Amino acid sequence: MYRYDEFDHRIVRERVAQFRGQVARRVSGALTEDEFKPLRLMNGLYLQLHAYMLRVAVPYGTLSARQLRRLAHIARRYDKGYAHFTTRQNVQYNWPRLPEVPDILDSLAEVEMHAIQTSGNCIRNITTDPYAGAAADELEDPRPWAEILRQWSSLHPEFSFLPRKFKIAITGAPDDRAAILFHDIGIGLTRNEADDATGFRIFVGGGQGRTPMIGKCIRPFLPPSDLLAYMEAILRVYNRFGRRDNLYKSRIKILVHQIGAEEFAKQTEAEFDAIQATPEGDRLRVPDEEIARIHAYFAPPPYETLSGFAPEVEELRLQDEDFAAWLETNTIAHKIPGYGIVAISTKPVGGIPGDMSADDMEAVADLADTFGFGEIRITHEQNLVLPDIRRRDFPALWEGLKARGLAAANLGLITDQIACPGLDYCNLANARSIPIAQEISERFADPKLQRRIGRLHINISGCINACGHHHVGHIGILGVDKKGEEHYQIGLGGSADANGAIGQIVGPAFPLDKITDAIATIVDTYLDHRIEGEEFLTTYRRIGINPFKESLYAAAPTH
Amino acid sequence: MAQHFNQTARTLAVTANRLGDGAVVYFTGETAETAAAEATAWSERLADVAVARSKEEGAALLAQAEPSVAARHIIGPYLFEVAETDGAPAPVNVRETIRMRGPSVRLDLGYQATQKTEETRHVSL
Repeated sequence: MYRYDEFDHRIVRERVAQFRGQVARRVSGALTEDEFKPLRLMNGLYLQLHAYMLRVAVPYGTLSARQLRRLAHIARRYDKGYAHFTTRQNVQYNWPRLPEVPDILDSLAEVEMHAIQTSGNCIRNITTDPYAGAAADELEDPRPWAEILRQWSSLHPEFSFLPRKFKIAITGAPDDRAAILFHDIGIGLTRNEADDATGFRIFVGGGQGRTPMIGKCIRPFLPPSDLLAYMEAILRVYNRFGRRDNLYKSRIKILVHQIGAEEFAKQTEAEFDAIQATPEGDRLRVPDEEIARIHAYFAPPPYETLSGFAPEVEELRLQDEDFAAWLETNTIAHKIPGYGIVAISTKPVGGIPGDMSADDMEAVADLADTFGFGEIRITHEQNLVLPDIRRRDFPALWEGLKARGLAAANLGLITDQIACPGLDYCNLANARSIPIAQEISERFADPKLQRRIGRLHINISGCINACGHHHVGHIGILGVDKKGEEHYQIGLGGSADANGAIGQIVGPAFPLDKITDAIATIVDTYLDHRIEGEEFLTTYRRIGINPFKESLYAAAPTH
Repeated sequence: MAQHFNQTARTLAVTANRLGDGAVVYFTGETAETAAAEATAWSERLADVAVARSKEEGAALLAQAEPSVAARHIIGPYLFEVAETDGAPAPVNVRETIRMRGPSVRLDLGYQATQKTEETRHVSL
């Protein structure tokens, strides 16, 4: 993992001290709320329905056990004993008190964490593949590049007041688990066939929200040393031409859509050339020794030489069907023989997606220390990951997780839903998300039924801002307000992977008490039509939306 | 100024969030001329809220609440619609119902956690 150097420590400490002064001036009345609001937002502090909300950055979703324990401590000491893992691999606290927020930030700084750039019109947390560095299908570990981007984008003076917020994701595997096509900039590590050199494919203009767009490739191959200069060029074109007069048209996706990807690429290349022609080009060229220095922080842990076969795993798999189910769904192939990646679902039947108690966070930290080199990842699907587990330790780890109720065997299944906080917490929401996720989870609680249905992603957002990624759910659910009542619009066929697709709205919205029945109808329709071995998305792409439309609106009229 | 009510609404009250902890509070109609009196001007109990019975009365109530912003007691006061049953005010929409009670998925949190009455049952699905 990356460790702060003296400059990082100083920057974060100074920022906390500065915010402490700003909070004191707000409490004393020296600052009005209008003056204070942009300052608190720059430090990740929002005001929600019931209380303040503090969003803490987790760079590229990577945490040490020590950091997770500190997050648990903060949840217990300053909040209500739990935290929420977000769809951008961050952590949120829902109940901090304003005068105590500087103390929370001090506590975070002690473990090399902060809340800077978790809000505001700046470059937000760089996100990546939660299996980075461990995945069997990975071309190269993207985390060193995510860290280089983090350092470049942190407190970047030119990009602190962009037309709108800006999100970058990077992946090093062909199986895109970072949703790079749905970010302002998506970066995919690639290999040049001619000389086998590694570089980047650059996508721009992806995003969700009220105008979902799939990112367009504007550079099929970018040499690694040019990464920062090219990022700078993209951001400059956006900063210059992105709209500031209309909030709803201010994201880069709108600019790329309006002028076209080709024209945007042309302008970016011109800016890139201009940067290269100046001393700035040298400043932004990442030297090989710096690349090597950052890569050293992400050196693989001391793996043992192990056989790929672990008899104790096979033995328990045959004896215990719960373990067998967990093994099948929640463990992922590792690049090193004898190791596996383990996903910890935050979504037991009826659970709140992304929420975890302080006690459970500490338990995960202990298990990470015992079995996994003390490292934890947060996924954009609101789960946790232990990336480096010896397969022979799977049974003991599973027992440890089961003892805490953390062994739900549902990764990628219908109950592994993404849900934003929705109207239960969020000031922007039109409808609740979490109770819908809970009711669907309870309806499909039977583990055999879940496995029979197979891979199926349900994503739920409480408003058009799409924090719950409803546009890219195989089944997407969007909460809307109809004359003061919660209704839910359904989209079908979305996908956040390398074959990215935006879901198609199936028809009129369903009221609160009909939405779970509607989801059950969709699942039944899929099961009726699927050819053996097909997943939901494959069936949907083969038969189209009409059979779903017919069964939904024939079976359950919305009004 | 935020306004969370239908233009046809006739029964209105003022709500805000408390500066220190962001808690939901309601304007009782008491004029707070001193910092100490702010505590009586705002209540966490909707039952204590002052109700306006016209848009004009609502605007006057909101103006009366405004000094509490400068006094650093509350943030963002606004009018919302209430219905009265046997003289007891209740929010008419889901948003304000959830604000009043707390998260419908965590009955142990928010104002509802301090109350054990039928009134605070969660908003059912």
